[in-house]
Amino acid sequence: MTNKPILSVENLKVVFKTPEGPVKAVNNISFTVNDGEVVGVVGESGSGKSQVFMSVMGLLATNGTATGVIRYRDIDLLGLSRDKLDKIRGRHMSMIFQDPMTSLNPYLTVERQMTEVLEIHRNMSRTEARQQAVQLLEKVQIPSAAQRISMYPHEFSGGMRQRVMIAMALLCQPQLLIADEPTTALDVTIQAQILELMRTLKRTKSNAMVLITHDLGVIAGLCDRVLVMYAGRIVEQGTVQDIFYNPQHPYTMGLLKSMPRLDVKTDRLQTIAGQPPNLQHLPIGCSFADRCQYRQDICISSKPEFRQIAPQRYKTCHLNF
Amino acid sequence: MFYFTLKRLFWAVPTLLLIITIAFFLMRIAPGGPFSKERPVAPEILANINKVYHLDESLPEQYVRYLGNILQGDLGPSYKYKDFTVNELIGLGFPVSAQIGGIAILLALLIGVSLGILAALRQNTPTDYTVMTVAMFGITIPTFVTAPFMTLVFGVLLKWLPIGWDDDNWTSLIMPIIALSLPQIAIIARLMRGSMIEVLRSNYVRTARAKGLSERLAILRHSLKPAMVPVLSYIGPAVAGIITGSIIIEQTFNIPGIGRHFVQGALNRDYPMVMGVTILYGALIVFFNLVVDIIYGFLDPKVRYD
Amino acid sequence: MKTEPVSLPPSSSKIVVKSRGLWGNAWRRLRRNYASLFSLILLAIIVLLCLLAPYLSSYEFDDVDYDNFSSPPSFENGHYFGTERNGRDLFVRTLYGGRVSLSVGLVATLVSLVIGVLWGAIAGFVGGRLDNLMMRFVDILYAMPFMFFIIMLTVAFGRDILLIYVAIGAITWLDMARIVRGQAISLRRKEFVEAAVAGGVSTFNIIRRHVIPNLLGPVAIYCTLTIPSVILVESFVSFLGLGVQEPNTSWGLLISEGVQTMDSSWWALVFPSLFLMATLFCFNFIGDGLRDALDPKDR
Repeated sequence: MTNKPILSVENLKVVFKTPEGPVKAVNNISFTVNDGEVVGVVGESGSGKSQVFMSVMGLLATNGTATGVIRYRDIDLLGLSRDKLDKIRGRHMSMIFQDPMTSLNPYLTVERQMTEVLEIHRNMSRTEARQQAVQLLEKVQIPSAAQRISMYPHEFSGGMRQRVMIAMALLCQPQLLIADEPTTALDVTIQAQILELMRTLKRTKSNAMVLITHDLGVIAGLCDRVLVMYAGRIVEQGTVQDIFYNPQHPYTMGLLKSMPRLDVKTDRLQTIAGQPPNLQHLPIGCSFADRCQYRQDICISSKPEFRQIAPQRYKTCHLNF
Repeated sequence: MFYFTLKRLFWAVPTLLLIITIAFFLMRIAPGGPFSKERPVAPEILANINKVYHLDESLPEQYVRYLGNILQGDLGPSYKYKDFTVNELIGLGFPVSAQIGGIAILLALLIGVSLGILAALRQNTPTDYTVMTVAMFGITIPTFVTAPFMTLVFGVLLKWLPIGWDDDNWTSLIMPIIALSLPQIAIIARLMRGSMIEVLRSNYVRTARAKGLSERLAILRHSLKPAMVPVLSYIGPAVAGIITGSIIIEQTFNIPGIGRHFVQGALNRDYPMVMGVTILYGALIVFFNLVVDIIYGFLDPKVRYD
Repeated sequence: MKTEPVSLPPSSSKIVVKSRGLWGNAWRRLRRNYASLFSLILLAIIVLLCLLAPYLSSYEFDDVDYDNFSSPPSFENGHYFGTERNGRDLFVRTLYGGRVSLSVGLVATLVSLVIGVLWGAIAGFVGGRLDNLMMRFVDILYAMPFMFFIIMLTVAFGRDILLIYVAIGAITWLDMARIVRGQAISLRRKEFVEAAVAGGVSTFNIIRRHVIPNLLGPVAIYCTLTIPSVILVESFVSFLGLGVQEPNTSWGLLISEGVQTMDSSWWALVFPSLFLMATLFCFNFIGDGLRDALDPKDR
């Protein structure tokens, strides 16, 4: 295996054309994902965290354009033709989506939706593919998988559908698994089960995983490294320990303070006052300045750079803490 | 699925009964009998005529008799063509109307669906705009304008196609069929484009693409069936539209179908004819709605297993 | 540099997005939609022409000009659209026909509006079994061959124009009822209505302040789309000779007369057709524009 990172993103920008003008969803971000690593991406909705990985998978909505460089190993994904991209996605990298209720095709059986992956990527026959699909459904703990595989998605519960989605993503043993808020649409108890399943996956698979979430609690239990995103930029990057015990960006600090904790007694949770900026009219200075309680004049007049502050440690802030 | 079909059948009965009832009473509450407007007849003769057509009975009696006759498939005698029953006239006209209407609806589905898919796949390109502009024209311009204009241009001026109906010349079918299907092509194309665009943007097609399926497979296997559903449920109204349009078309092109019989019947106060055609067409629309419901049930896995 | 938290007033660099309200926004969007705007102007011109018809020509709509039978359009003799085979001026007749067609559109739409809104609102707000029953009835009516019933009506009661108005209105209320019911049901479940109910606001005030403004949009869209379909039905019936009767006229009747003489005098077919088509287009474009303008989620 090469020492090249599985995924490297350089200066990625994503812009959506809308009738009201361009919306800058992702603004010049760079990061890498290495073998065997679980990277968490946190941010509130609209921070651009999903769009980064939609660009990676080539799934941006038609009014969106991604510029910059996205490499899988050393293949430039953004410049790839549809044919070549189709040989990578679903096979070397795959994605689990937020809403299991609508992400499976209601008109096709689970079998059809799973076997087609193996048929196109592994040239398997239908029977072989079916066997392997059943094995994977068993692995994600779907009871009587051999029978249930010939059912339609609406005959499965939400949690079961997400298990099907996970099994489907794992069919070709991908090098990179991207999970976009895999538990957000589910009930709390089901969330715990799915997270437990992902944790098992982490233990058994040596491949890389990206976990996109707005929930720091999910990150804590699963990830090695964390990217914090705000208004289309990575505001802070570090190991889980760094982020949780030594946050270096006021936004991360705010996020941590707004998290319920068992070990600290508080009367009420803190919130971050204000609203994220309008992505059509980003401020000249720091995007977070408006809501930042440490704000200085420089924060309003100039944009902070994404800079390294320690090995494996980056942030986008003028100030030091 | 069996229960579902049964339920649909159950609803078809009151619908049909209502159509028959409305048709019957609309015709019977009309002031003046069917023969009173013609040149005055001796009272004895009129009484005789009324007796022959059972017009001397009370309204409920007539209604029950009419229902009974319809159950036996008898729509009564024609007042205008005294030697024919309505059944015979419909028997003569129906094959002609069914041929034109049937071809028109198949054409509308075929072309409408293809154009809709084409426009959806080339969304916001000149192809899309062209298709949608043409569809807008097709929807807005009524059949009674397109049919005469087509005759004027292709029949009178260019002389490419025969004007009017000729039983032995299939080219005389071309203009009526095109004029009849044009509005339906337009509506179906719009419908198909809209639902196709929605499906192509759906989460499950995104999943299909994420799995590495080619766009071809993502469209053929994952999008076509769901996108066809709205078009399918439009087949009922489309049949109704084709039937209504056929009245105009048969009138304009002088086609001896039942639409023309209906108009002639209406102009001549031939009540049984008008009632007969209305009931037949009503039943046809109910029937097609039923068929579509059942096909719909087969297509949608959620209904199939209920 | 070590920084301590300071308390700062919110900076003034914030972009203030002014709220314009639903109708203000809608008007802004509609104005940007050139097809709709153009349609609005063209429609206004057509309506004005029809209203002013008696003052625009020296001919009456039933005057026979014995010097000009089937004469082509000409400015010299004042027959701008020519005359038909009975020597009557087509310009005036087209505009008079427009009066009939447009008023049918308005009256029938009004009738369908009243029935449809009442029916749909009652079904939607009362709900339960009554709703079920009322909507079943609508379902059954949907399957009726209405064009045939209208024609039967004209056969039974003669070609009374008022009857046609009401008959068309009485059958086009079905869609309106469905739309209003759907809106009513979703409104009943909306938080702001529930909040108002919980807050003890009277039913009348809830309807006036919350329900009517929310219904107005869909109803307005639907009305602009009902008018052309009503005009179409009237023209259809008149085209068959079963609607408006001589010497009165409507676009449908003029077109059908034009068809009979189209190989000798094209103008008798072309001008009424143009007016009818232009009107239908205008209403459709305005309806579409209104829908886009009032329903921003679709964009």
